[in-house]
Amino acid sequence: MKSQKKFIEGNEAVVDGAIAAGARFYAGYPISPSSEIAEGAARELPRYGGIYIQMEDEISSMAALLGASLAGVKSFTATSSPGFSLMQENLGLGIMSEIPAVIFNVQRSGPSTGAATKPAQADIMQARYGAHGDHSIIALSPSSVQDCYDLTITAFNLAEKYRTPVLFLSDEVIGHLRETVTETEPGPDQIFSRIQPDPDISQKDFRPYGYSSDSVVPMPAVGNRKLLMRTTGSTHDEKGEFSPNPQNIDRVTHYLTNKIEKNAEDITITRTYQLDDAEIAFITFGCSVRSTISAVDILRAEGVRAGMLQLVTIWPMPEKEIRAVLAKAGTVVVPEMNLGQLAGEIRKFNDYGCRILQANRTDGVLITPQQIINTLED
Amino acid sequence: MADYKDYMLFDKLPHTWCAGCGDGIVLQSIAAVFAEMELDKHDICLVSGIGCFGRVDDYLDINCMHVTHGRALPAATGIALANPALHVIVTMGDGDSVTIGGNHLIHCARRNIDLTAIIANNYNYGQTGGQYSGTTPTDSITSTSPYGHIEQEFDICRLAEAAGATYVARATAFNPVQMRKLIRGGIEHKGFSLIECMVQCPTHYGRYNRQGEAADMMKMMNARSIPAEKAKTMSAEELEGRIVTGVIVNKNREDYYTKYKRIIDAQRIREEGGSVNEN
Repeated sequence: MKSQKKFIEGNEAVVDGAIAAGARFYAGYPISPSSEIAEGAARELPRYGGIYIQMEDEISSMAALLGASLAGVKSFTATSSPGFSLMQENLGLGIMSEIPAVIFNVQRSGPSTGAATKPAQADIMQARYGAHGDHSIIALSPSSVQDCYDLTITAFNLAEKYRTPVLFLSDEVIGHLRETVTETEPGPDQIFSRIQPDPDISQKDFRPYGYSSDSVVPMPAVGNRKLLMRTTGSTHDEKGEFSPNPQNIDRVTHYLTNKIEKNAEDITITRTYQLDDAEIAFITFGCSVRSTISAVDILRAEGVRAGMLQLVTIWPMPEKEIRAVLAKAGTVVVPEMNLGQLAGEIRKFNDYGCRILQANRTDGVLITPQQIINTLED
Repeated sequence: MADYKDYMLFDKLPHTWCAGCGDGIVLQSIAAVFAEMELDKHDICLVSGIGCFGRVDDYLDINCMHVTHGRALPAATGIALANPALHVIVTMGDGDSVTIGGNHLIHCARRNIDLTAIIANNYNYGQTGGQYSGTTPTDSITSTSPYGHIEQEFDICRLAEAAGATYVARATAFNPVQMRKLIRGGIEHKGFSLIECMVQCPTHYGRYNRQGEAADMMKMMNARSIPAEKAKTMSAEELEGRIVTGVIVNKNREDYYTKYKRIIDAQRIREEGGSVNEN
């Protein structure tokens, strides 16, 4: 297996990861601090026979991604928080039409232009609920440049497996962080490509959608020689035909949620650091993980039994792992660069009387280990 | 010899459109052109937006992608670039194409993406009850301009031409023979082609503006029509209120994919395996 070491920033590793995952189409609109992904895609994709196109806005970028993916090409885009707001419309289209794609959101502060382009981790709720209507979503969050490569491949695999857009919630710190990464080319068994229909199936029997179980239905590319494909953002039946009867609306809504929520165990990735005997547990994600690891080290040196649970998968929320921490630790601290979006989710699971503290930072400066530790003294 | 019916889903009829609506004439024209050209259904992908005419995909037995309001062209851009062998057809109304999606239209024309945009222009938002759109003529009455419309309308064909479209044509629902000819010309054209189809909306626009029944509206359209060749000899004043029909622009300019493919061919790492874009 080919492997190479590089000293690059997170945004560059994302491009390498996407190409390794088999992505060959990028449509996007440049925005700091994500533009290095666009620049890398523009430079690298044609070298692999792929296409880069810079669209007129993030709305059209998201639409173009879905079109290319429907034609059978793994597709991605990159943006930052304000651009992510514009993508919500066609993110919903991707969810309803069940078209795989990966959206890299290198988060920055807001609302609106905010303190462009200082880091933040404040799109947790936009990621989950930004697109209107009931649905579920998959979102991953990297905490290193290595993650930007490895998790990008995971993101494409999940998109293909669950036939849905997948979000990659990076942030300015990780996107511009430069460190050594080992880029190992994935083997064929490490790449998941969307399931294709049975080659013997006839057009008459083929259904582009399925709602009778929570499993994902095969998706042929538009332009294949055998099966015609029909997709729509309107509530549809198995044939992909508009079907707004109450019973159908209800089962489609449940299906779009269940196909992700019922597979949470397969989608969920978490990591722990010194967590086993921790009395004080930190639960965090993204760039805050790095400061939290230092905080744990400092506390351990002082004899405090501190540990960390890192949520690599943000959505669906790793409920089982979070509950295990809440049941065991006396105090849970949630460091994050927003006013408590993750902490609120963790409180939902607190059936254990655990003390939950927030360590928030919203001034566009990376949260520090000392600030996290200070939370305990308040 | 193929028949237009081969491309239709008759089990989906009756259609959703009002009695007298012109959209059905455009639908039949599209299917008839597919039949005339004897296109393999697998080689066609139709992308539609939202609105009365956005429902056209419901009745066609081909590859279809039904998307969000105004976003059919960018979605079609993705399809056309990912599989340049496909005939990509984009069906939109005046709301989709030059109002909510106007920005996408001008950029798609500028890039010269190889696809065919077929726009049904009925001067208003029919599906939501007859509100004004970007093509509603000044002084018209609509449900949201009850005292007369004060905005100036877009001329879709001139907008497309200025944006760089390489094939621009217009037909009215009065003349489906010409409509078919122009749609075929658009599909055969390499690059961005646009066919504006003037259609009557007797339920809303016609009623609000006392234009009579569907047949009256169609006759009026025909009376206002001027062939593009003749229009060239006329002044702006003489063309006021007229509908210029026929091929308005037809020129060659290399399309986006053909240009991009040259970059791929020059930059490609040779040992890399095949990709979808090799067709």
